[in-house]
Amino acid sequence: MRDVFAETAAAALDADPRPVVVLADVSADRFTDAARRHPDRVVNLGIREQSMIGVAGGLALTGMRPIVHTFAPFLVERPFEQVKLDLGHQGVGAVLVSSGASYDGAHYGRTHMAPGDVALLDSLPEWTVHVPGHAAEVPPILESALRGDGNVYVRLSERGNAAARPAGPGTHPIRSGSGRSSGTVLAVGPMLDRVLAATEDLDVTVAYTATVRPFDREGLNRIAARAGQADVLVVEPYLEGTSAHEVAAALSDRRHRQLSLGVRRDTEVRGYGTPADHDRAHGLDTAGIAERARAFFLL
Amino acid sequence: MPTAPAFTRYADLPALSGLMTGDEKHRSAAESTREVLWVLYDRVLDVSPETADDPDRDRFLLSKGHGPVPYYAVLAAKGFIDLATLRRWAEFDSPLGHHPDRTRIPGVEISSGSLGHGLGLGVGTALGLRAQGRTRPRVVVLMGDGEFDEGSNHEAVAAAGRLGLDNLTAVVVDNSSATHGWPGGIGTRFSAEGWQTRSAPGRDRSALDDALTRPHRGRPLAVVARVRPKG
Repeated sequence: MRDVFAETAAAALDADPRPVVVLADVSADRFTDAARRHPDRVVNLGIREQSMIGVAGGLALTGMRPIVHTFAPFLVERPFEQVKLDLGHQGVGAVLVSSGASYDGAHYGRTHMAPGDVALLDSLPEWTVHVPGHAAEVPPILESALRGDGNVYVRLSERGNAAARPAGPGTHPIRSGSGRSSGTVLAVGPMLDRVLAATEDLDVTVAYTATVRPFDREGLNRIAARAGQADVLVVEPYLEGTSAHEVAAALSDRRHRQLSLGVRRDTEVRGYGTPADHDRAHGLDTAGIAERARAFFLL
Repeated sequence: MPTAPAFTRYADLPALSGLMTGDEKHRSAAESTREVLWVLYDRVLDVSPETADDPDRDRFLLSKGHGPVPYYAVLAAKGFIDLATLRRWAEFDSPLGHHPDRTRIPGVEISSGSLGHGLGLGVGTALGLRAQGRTRPRVVVLMGDGEFDEGSNHEAVAAAGRLGLDNLTAVVVDNSSATHGWPGGIGTRFSAEGWQTRSAPGRDRSALDDALTRPHRGRPLAVVARVRPKG
């Protein structure tokens, strides 16, 4: 996804005078050619993450469209006050593109993990948040983000699904359960293939979204209404329960149960290893999702 | 005999400031910036209420957003804000608060108050103008020596120096309020990063004018305006 992102961003620099890429060393090697073609529109600030958001705010104040990119913890968590004040509070927007997701760099340890990024941005109004599940979903997401003026977060991952799915806003049914089904599983971005495997012998509807903010409340409500039960299981690749309040609002007109799966928030999983090791530790591998789906749907 | 419009002179600033009461906590911070603000808006910056949205206007970014009374007074003297608005400052539906909001006041370039945000925004503004080939406008950021403690400023100082942003000027009003001080003076931090650095008495309008307008080429400019220590 990171390579596709860099290619798409570089092409956007060629096609449109508005975008500017702001970097803090991470992925700078992927923008060498673009920087040669557009020396004033590829800005590598060095390892200065507070400045990269402040600079993005200043660029946007002059009418440019900043694309700001580094690893998730350094893009969202370290400069969070800059994100809040230098973008939203100034009334300007930027496109923040992270890589590393929750624990793609598991061997780096906790310092390079940011499972709370989406929850943090969710504390601010008017952000659009995309969580693509396949590299081919990245270009349409980025191109659409660059056409607008608002604040957009694109959360790239090294992992994802075997096939690309609809990347725009909306909740898309992937596998429909029967009229007597137990409910709906909403898989966010890279979680879809695991969710499909974990629920293949359950009578549930599986839906997919790569855009979690704004959350498609209406779409989820419609899908839940068609299932035998309005119970909804959400499987997100970041902090558990991040979208629970959205699901509650989406289903506030009907009796329902809901459960959120995601990265554990009750403990800091202090391990290295591989992303698959962390999936197991958080119950986000196929077996873990299957076990909790069965328990939740009372099957 | 023609008379000057009311409340448009330097001598009117105390009267204009007097319309805003209730921010005594920030009085010394506020008082320290009056001459710098006046010189900027009266002699240095090419911006007016008529050109407040012109992409080629000069930009003034008040990073030191606390104690904005003299800022509002100068903006009122220059026609950006009317007198009636000053009287209602800090009321719920007033556009003027104890920290400025750019979305509510014409001519105000940034919303500020939290320390250490203006210079990063200024670097981005300078870069954006450069990327658009706008070589005429200058970007002036006003900050305080206490605010300079924030690490975000040091990222911005280094980046601006290395990127050679000669359209960027930082004015640091130094009233010695930084708790641990800056050995050798704040100016040395800027000059070490490749800025052209000047110093002027913060109450001396001619000296400030000179420091802000004398040519400097290829490098950002820092002007340290020294005022009486905060007491």
